[in-house]
Amino acid sequence: MSTTTPSLYDGDRPLFHLPEEPHHPDGHSTALGFWLYLMSDCLIFAALFAMYATASYSFAGGPGPKELFELPLVALNTAMLLFSSITYGFAMLMMAKGNKGSTLLWLGITGLFGAAFLSIELYEFSHLIHEGATPQSSAFLSSFFTLVGTHGLHVTVGIIWLITLMVQVARKGLIPANRRRLMCLSMFWHFLDVVWIGVFTFVYLMGVAR
Amino acid sequence: MSATPTHPHEHAVADHHGHDGHHGHDDHGHEEPHGSFKGYMIGFVLSVILTAIPFALVMTGALDKNTTIVAIFAMAVVQIFVHMVYFLHMNLKTEGGWSMLALIFTIVFVLITLAGSIWVMYHMNTNMMPMTPRQAATQFGG
Repeated sequence: MSTTTPSLYDGDRPLFHLPEEPHHPDGHSTALGFWLYLMSDCLIFAALFAMYATASYSFAGGPGPKELFELPLVALNTAMLLFSSITYGFAMLMMAKGNKGSTLLWLGITGLFGAAFLSIELYEFSHLIHEGATPQSSAFLSSFFTLVGTHGLHVTVGIIWLITLMVQVARKGLIPANRRRLMCLSMFWHFLDVVWIGVFTFVYLMGVAR
Repeated sequence: MSATPTHPHEHAVADHHGHDGHHGHDDHGHEEPHGSFKGYMIGFVLSVILTAIPFALVMTGALDKNTTIVAIFAMAVVQIFVHMVYFLHMNLKTEGGWSMLALIFTIVFVLITLAGSIWVMYHMNTNMMPMTPRQAATQFGG
Protein backbone atom coordinates (compact mmCIF):
# COMPACT_ATOMS: atom_id res chain seq x y z
CA MET A 1 0.00 0.00 0.00
CA SER A 2 2.99 2.26 -0.28
CA THR A 3 1.53 3.99 -3.35
CA THR A 4 -1.27 5.52 -1.29
CA THR A 5 1.10 6.93 1.31
CA PRO A 6 0.83 10.71 1.18
CA SER A 7 4.10 12.53 0.85
CA LEU A 8 3.12 15.70 2.73
CA TYR A 9 1.82 16.13 6.25
CA ASP A 10 0.09 18.96 8.00
CA GLY A 11 1.17 18.06 11.51
CA ASP A 12 -0.10 14.48 11.94
CA ARG A 13 -2.76 14.90 9.27
CA PRO A 14 -1.80 13.54 5.83
CA LEU A 15 -2.29 15.90 2.88
CA PHE A 16 -3.57 14.44 -0.37
CA HIS A 17 -3.33 17.70 -2.28
CA LEU A 18 -0.69 20.39 -2.66
CA PRO A 19 -0.98 22.96 0.14
CA GLU A 20 -0.56 25.74 -2.42
CA GLU A 21 -0.66 25.96 -6.21
CA PRO A 22 2.76 25.43 -7.77
CA HIS A 23 4.20 28.68 -9.07
CA HIS A 24 4.63 28.88 -12.83
CA PRO A 25 6.63 31.67 -14.46
CA ASP A 26 4.73 34.04 -16.75
CA GLY A 27 4.15 32.52 -20.17
CA HIS A 28 5.76 29.17 -19.34
CA SER A 29 3.24 27.26 -21.51
CA THR A 30 2.94 29.75 -24.39
CA ALA A 31 5.32 27.85 -26.68
CA LEU A 32 3.43 24.57 -26.31
CA GLY A 33 0.05 26.27 -26.67
CA PHE A 34 1.17 28.07 -29.81
CA TRP A 35 2.60 24.84 -31.19
CA LEU A 36 -0.80 23.19 -30.68
CA TYR A 37 -2.41 26.08 -32.60
CA LEU A 38 0.05 25.50 -35.46
CA MET A 39 -0.82 21.81 -35.49
CA SER A 40 -4.53 22.63 -35.79
CA ASP A 41 -3.66 25.08 -38.58
CA CYS A 42 -1.79 22.21 -40.20
CA LEU A 43 -5.06 20.23 -40.23
CA ILE A 44 -6.78 23.09 -42.11
CA PHE A 45 -4.08 22.91 -44.76
CA ALA A 46 -4.35 19.09 -44.82
CA ALA A 47 -8.06 19.43 -45.67
CA LEU A 48 -7.28 22.00 -48.41
CA PHE A 49 -4.49 19.82 -49.85
CA ALA A 50 -6.86 16.82 -49.85
CA MET A 51 -9.48 18.90 -51.65
CA TYR A 52 -6.93 20.03 -54.23
CA ALA A 53 -5.69 16.46 -54.72
CA THR A 54 -9.20 15.19 -55.49
CA ALA A 55 -10.22 18.16 -57.69
CA SER A 56 -6.95 18.79 -59.55
CA TYR A 57 -8.01 16.74 -62.59
CA SER A 58 -11.45 18.37 -62.96
CA PHE A 59 -10.77 21.08 -65.55
CA ALA A 60 -14.37 21.40 -66.86
CA GLY A 61 -12.95 21.96 -70.32
CA GLY A 62 -10.79 24.85 -69.02
CA PRO A 63 -7.01 25.21 -68.85
CA GLY A 64 -4.86 22.83 -66.78
CA PRO A 65 -1.70 23.38 -64.73
CA LYS A 66 0.63 22.89 -67.70
CA GLU A 67 -0.89 25.82 -69.59
CA LEU A 68 -1.27 28.09 -66.54
CA PHE A 69 1.72 27.74 -64.20
CA GLU A 70 4.93 29.67 -64.84
CA LEU A 71 7.65 27.85 -62.94
CA PRO A 72 10.31 30.63 -63.06
CA LEU A 73 7.86 32.90 -61.22
CA VAL A 74 7.12 30.17 -58.65
CA ALA A 75 10.86 29.58 -58.19
CA LEU A 76 11.36 33.30 -57.51
CA ASN A 77 8.49 33.24 -55.03
CA THR A 78 9.92 30.19 -53.26
CA ALA A 79 13.28 31.93 -53.00
CA MET A 80 11.64 35.00 -51.38
CA LEU A 81 9.99 32.87 -48.69
CA LEU A 82 13.16 30.86 -48.08
CA PHE A 83 15.23 34.07 -47.70
CA SER A 84 12.63 35.45 -45.27
CA SER A 85 12.98 32.27 -43.18
CA ILE A 86 16.74 32.61 -42.80
CA THR A 87 16.54 36.36 -42.09
CA TYR A 88 13.96 35.69 -39.36
CA GLY A 89 16.44 33.15 -37.97
CA PHE A 90 19.09 35.92 -37.86
CA ALA A 91 16.60 38.20 -36.05
CA MET A 92 16.11 35.48 -33.41
CA LEU A 93 19.91 35.10 -33.00
CA MET A 94 20.24 38.87 -32.52
CA MET A 95 17.37 38.76 -30.01
CA ALA A 96 19.21 36.04 -28.05
CA LYS A 97 22.24 38.39 -27.92
CA GLY A 98 19.98 41.22 -26.72
CA ASN A 99 20.84 43.42 -29.70
CA LYS A 100 17.68 45.47 -30.26
CA GLY A 101 18.82 47.41 -33.33
CA SER A 102 19.99 44.35 -35.28
CA THR A 103 16.85 42.44 -34.30
CA LEU A 104 14.71 45.21 -35.75
CA LEU A 105 16.87 45.39 -38.89
CA TRP A 106 16.56 41.65 -39.61
CA LEU A 107 12.82 41.72 -38.82
CA GLY A 108 12.45 44.56 -41.33
CA ILE A 109 14.34 42.59 -44.01
CA THR A 110 12.13 39.57 -43.25
CA GLY A 111 9.05 41.74 -43.72
CA LEU A 112 10.34 43.01 -47.08
CA PHE A 113 10.94 39.46 -48.35
CA GLY A 114 7.45 38.52 -47.12
CA ALA A 115 5.95 41.52 -48.93
CA ALA A 116 7.86 40.55 -52.10
CA PHE A 117 6.42 37.04 -51.85
CA LEU A 118 2.90 38.42 -51.50
CA SER A 119 3.32 40.85 -54.40
CA ILE A 120 4.52 38.10 -56.74
CA GLU A 121 1.62 35.87 -55.67
CA LEU A 122 -0.92 38.65 -56.22
CA TYR A 123 0.65 39.38 -59.63
CA GLU A 124 0.30 35.68 -60.50
CA PHE A 125 -3.34 35.61 -59.36
CA SER A 126 -4.26 38.74 -61.31
CA HIS A 127 -2.45 37.35 -64.36
CA LEU A 128 -4.45 34.09 -64.13
CA ILE A 129 -7.75 35.87 -63.66
CA HIS A 130 -6.92 38.19 -66.57
CA GLU A 131 -6.39 35.13 -68.77
CA GLY A 132 -9.84 33.91 -67.82
CA ALA A 133 -8.63 31.27 -65.34
CA THR A 134 -10.89 32.47 -62.52
CA PRO A 135 -11.84 30.49 -59.38
CA GLN A 136 -15.30 29.99 -60.95
CA SER A 137 -13.92 28.26 -64.08
CA SER A 138 -13.36 24.74 -62.75
CA ALA A 139 -13.02 22.62 -59.60
CA PHE A 140 -9.27 22.58 -60.23
CA LEU A 141 -9.05 26.39 -60.19
CA SER A 142 -11.43 26.74 -57.22
CA SER A 143 -9.30 24.44 -55.10
CA PHE A 144 -6.07 26.03 -56.40
CA PHE A 145 -7.14 29.55 -55.43
CA THR A 146 -8.49 28.35 -52.05
CA LEU A 147 -5.32 26.47 -51.10
CA VAL A 148 -2.74 28.98 -52.34
CA GLY A 149 -4.93 31.91 -51.26
CA THR A 150 -5.25 30.56 -47.71
CA HIS A 151 -1.47 30.32 -47.50
CA GLY A 152 -1.16 33.86 -48.85
CA LEU A 153 -3.67 35.07 -46.27
CA HIS A 154 -1.53 33.50 -43.53
CA VAL A 155 1.54 35.33 -44.86
CA THR A 156 -0.45 38.59 -44.90
CA VAL A 157 -1.43 38.10 -41.25
CA GLY A 158 2.19 37.20 -40.49
CA ILE A 159 3.42 40.49 -41.99
CA ILE A 160 0.83 42.51 -39.99
CA TRP A 161 1.96 40.66 -36.86
CA LEU A 162 5.62 41.30 -37.76
CA ILE A 163 5.05 45.07 -38.12
CA THR A 164 3.12 45.12 -34.82
CA LEU A 165 6.00 43.38 -33.05
CA MET A 166 8.58 45.72 -34.61
CA VAL A 167 6.67 48.68 -33.15
CA GLN A 168 6.46 46.89 -29.78
CA VAL A 169 10.19 46.09 -29.74
CA ALA A 170 11.08 49.63 -30.85
CA ARG A 171 9.01 51.15 -28.04
CA LYS A 172 9.52 48.70 -25.16
CA GLY A 173 12.74 46.89 -26.11
CA LEU A 174 13.48 43.18 -25.87
CA ILE A 175 11.47 42.59 -22.68
CA PRO A 176 10.51 38.97 -21.82
CA ALA A 177 6.98 39.45 -23.18
CA ASN A 178 8.32 40.68 -26.53
CA ARG A 179 10.86 37.84 -26.70
CA ARG A 180 7.99 35.39 -26.17
CA ARG A 181 5.93 37.04 -28.92
CA LEU A 182 8.88 37.03 -31.33
CA MET A 183 9.38 33.32 -30.62
CA CYS A 184 5.71 32.61 -31.45
CA LEU A 185 5.92 34.58 -34.71
CA SER A 186 9.15 32.71 -35.49
CA MET A 187 7.30 29.39 -35.23
CA PHE A 188 4.40 30.79 -37.32
CA TRP A 189 6.74 32.11 -40.03
CA HIS A 190 8.78 28.90 -40.34
CA PHE A 191 5.57 26.87 -40.30
CA LEU A 192 4.28 28.84 -43.31
CA ASP A 193 7.51 28.03 -45.13
CA VAL A 194 6.93 24.32 -44.39
CA VAL A 195 3.41 24.58 -45.85
CA TRP A 196 4.86 26.32 -48.92
CA ILE A 197 7.14 23.30 -49.53
CA GLY A 198 3.93 21.28 -49.90
CA VAL A 199 2.38 23.91 -52.18
CA PHE A 200 5.26 24.28 -54.61
CA THR A 201 5.85 20.51 -54.75
CA PHE A 202 2.30 19.19 -55.03
CA VAL A 203 0.54 22.06 -56.77
CA TYR A 204 3.11 23.62 -59.08
CA LEU A 205 5.85 21.05 -59.75
CA MET A 206 3.64 17.96 -59.86
CA GLY A 207 1.02 19.91 -61.82
CA VAL A 208 3.54 20.65 -64.54
CA ALA A 209 5.41 17.32 -64.35
CA ARG A 210 2.45 14.95 -64.63
CA MET B 1 -3.47 3.59 6.36
CA SER B 2 -1.38 0.67 7.61
CA ALA B 3 1.68 2.29 6.10
CA THR B 4 1.47 5.43 8.24
CA PRO B 5 5.05 6.28 9.15
CA THR B 6 6.03 6.20 12.81
CA HIS B 7 7.83 9.54 12.57
CA PRO B 8 5.68 11.59 10.21
CA HIS B 9 7.63 14.79 10.67
CA GLU B 10 10.94 13.28 9.66
CA HIS B 11 9.43 11.81 6.52
CA ALA B 12 7.78 15.05 5.60
CA VAL B 13 11.11 16.87 5.80
CA ALA B 14 12.89 14.23 3.74
CA ASP B 15 10.17 14.24 1.09
CA HIS B 16 10.14 17.99 0.94
CA HIS B 17 13.83 18.06 0.17
CA GLY B 18 13.39 15.49 -2.56
CA HIS B 19 10.59 17.54 -4.06
CA ASP B 20 12.63 20.73 -4.06
CA GLY B 21 15.55 19.04 -5.79
CA HIS B 22 13.24 17.72 -8.48
CA HIS B 23 11.62 21.07 -9.07
CA GLY B 24 14.95 22.77 -9.52
CA HIS B 25 15.81 20.27 -12.20
CA ASP B 26 12.48 20.85 -13.95
CA ASP B 27 13.15 24.55 -14.40
CA HIS B 28 16.14 23.76 -16.60
CA GLY B 29 13.88 21.97 -19.04
CA HIS B 30 11.94 25.17 -19.75
CA GLU B 31 14.75 26.99 -21.52
CA GLU B 32 13.64 28.49 -24.82
CA PRO B 33 14.89 26.61 -27.82
CA HIS B 34 17.12 28.89 -29.86
CA GLY B 35 19.24 27.85 -32.76
CA SER B 36 22.79 28.78 -33.62
CA PHE B 37 24.13 30.64 -36.65
CA LYS B 38 25.67 27.38 -37.85
CA GLY B 39 22.35 25.54 -37.46
CA TYR B 40 20.42 28.15 -39.45
CA MET B 41 23.06 28.15 -42.22
CA ILE B 42 23.05 24.32 -42.48
CA GLY B 43 19.26 24.40 -42.72
CA PHE B 44 19.33 27.19 -45.30
CA VAL B 45 21.92 25.55 -47.56
CA LEU B 46 20.12 22.18 -47.42
CA SER B 47 16.80 23.92 -48.21
CA VAL B 48 18.28 25.75 -51.20
CA ILE B 49 19.66 22.47 -52.58
CA LEU B 50 16.40 20.58 -51.91
CA THR B 51 14.40 23.36 -53.62
CA ALA B 52 16.70 23.92 -56.60
CA ILE B 53 16.95 20.23 -57.63
CA PRO B 54 13.17 19.59 -57.94
CA PHE B 55 12.65 22.84 -59.89
CA ALA B 56 15.56 21.97 -62.20
CA LEU B 57 14.23 18.43 -62.73
CA VAL B 58 10.76 19.64 -63.72
CA MET B 59 11.90 22.64 -65.78
CA THR B 60 14.51 20.72 -67.81
CA GLY B 61 12.62 17.42 -67.93
CA ALA B 62 15.91 15.59 -67.47
CA LEU B 63 14.30 12.41 -66.10
CA ASP B 64 11.18 10.57 -67.24
CA LYS B 65 7.83 11.53 -65.72
CA ASN B 66 7.45 8.91 -62.99
CA THR B 67 11.04 9.18 -61.77
CA THR B 68 10.66 12.98 -61.60
CA ILE B 69 7.47 12.74 -59.52
CA VAL B 70 9.01 10.25 -57.07
CA ALA B 71 12.18 12.38 -56.81
CA ILE B 72 10.40 15.69 -56.11
CA PHE B 73 8.08 13.97 -53.61
CA ALA B 74 11.06 12.48 -51.75
CA MET B 75 12.90 15.81 -51.70
CA ALA B 76 9.82 17.62 -50.35
CA VAL B 77 9.62 15.15 -47.45
CA VAL B 78 13.34 15.59 -46.69
CA GLN B 79 13.04 19.40 -46.90
CA ILE B 80 10.08 19.44 -44.48
CA PHE B 81 12.23 17.39 -42.10
CA VAL B 82 15.16 19.83 -42.52
CA HIS B 83 12.90 22.82 -41.75
CA MET B 84 11.46 21.07 -38.68
CA VAL B 85 14.91 20.38 -37.24
CA TYR B 86 16.94 23.48 -38.21
CA PHE B 87 14.28 26.24 -38.31
CA LEU B 88 11.55 25.05 -35.92
CA HIS B 89 14.12 23.38 -33.57
CA MET B 90 11.97 20.31 -33.04
CA ASN B 91 13.46 17.62 -30.83
CA LEU B 92 12.28 15.01 -28.37
CA LYS B 93 12.96 17.23 -25.34
CA THR B 94 11.05 20.43 -26.19
CA GLU B 95 8.24 20.99 -23.65
CA GLY B 96 8.99 17.61 -22.09
CA GLY B 97 8.19 15.77 -25.31
CA TRP B 98 4.67 17.16 -25.70
CA SER B 99 5.53 19.15 -28.85
CA MET B 100 6.77 15.98 -30.54
CA LEU B 101 3.70 14.03 -29.39
CA ALA B 102 1.38 16.72 -30.85
CA LEU B 103 3.41 16.68 -34.08
CA ILE B 104 3.22 12.88 -34.42
CA PHE B 105 -0.54 12.97 -33.79
CA THR B 106 -0.93 15.69 -36.43
CA ILE B 107 1.17 13.79 -38.99
CA VAL B 108 -1.02 10.69 -38.48
CA PHE B 109 -4.14 12.82 -38.87
CA VAL B 110 -2.80 14.55 -42.00
CA LEU B 111 -1.83 11.23 -43.62
CA ILE B 112 -5.30 9.75 -42.93
CA THR B 113 -6.98 12.88 -44.33
CA LEU B 114 -4.88 12.92 -47.52
CA ALA B 115 -4.72 9.19 -48.23
CA GLY B 116 -8.38 8.64 -47.32
CA SER B 117 -9.67 11.52 -49.46
CA ILE B 118 -7.62 10.57 -52.50
CA TRP B 119 -8.57 6.88 -52.18
CA VAL B 120 -12.30 7.47 -51.72
CA MET B 121 -12.61 10.15 -54.41
CA TYR B 122 -10.59 8.13 -56.92
CA HIS B 123 -12.99 5.19 -56.55
CA MET B 124 -16.01 7.49 -56.68
CA ASN B 125 -14.78 9.06 -59.91
CA THR B 126 -14.06 5.66 -61.44
CA ASN B 127 -17.51 4.33 -60.57
CA MET B 128 -19.44 7.43 -61.60
CA MET B 129 -21.94 7.14 -64.46
CA PRO B 130 -20.64 9.05 -67.50
CA MET B 131 -22.21 12.49 -67.65
CA THR B 132 -21.50 13.42 -71.27
CA PRO B 133 -21.32 11.38 -74.47
CA ARG B 134 -17.63 12.19 -74.66
CA GLN B 135 -16.97 10.71 -71.20
CA ALA B 136 -18.94 7.62 -72.16
CA ALA B 137 -16.79 7.25 -75.25
CA THR B 138 -13.54 7.48 -73.29
CA GLN B 139 -14.77 5.15 -70.54
CA PHE B 140 -16.42 2.42 -72.57
CA GLY B 141 -14.75 2.90 -75.90
CA GLY B 142 -18.15 3.25 -77.55
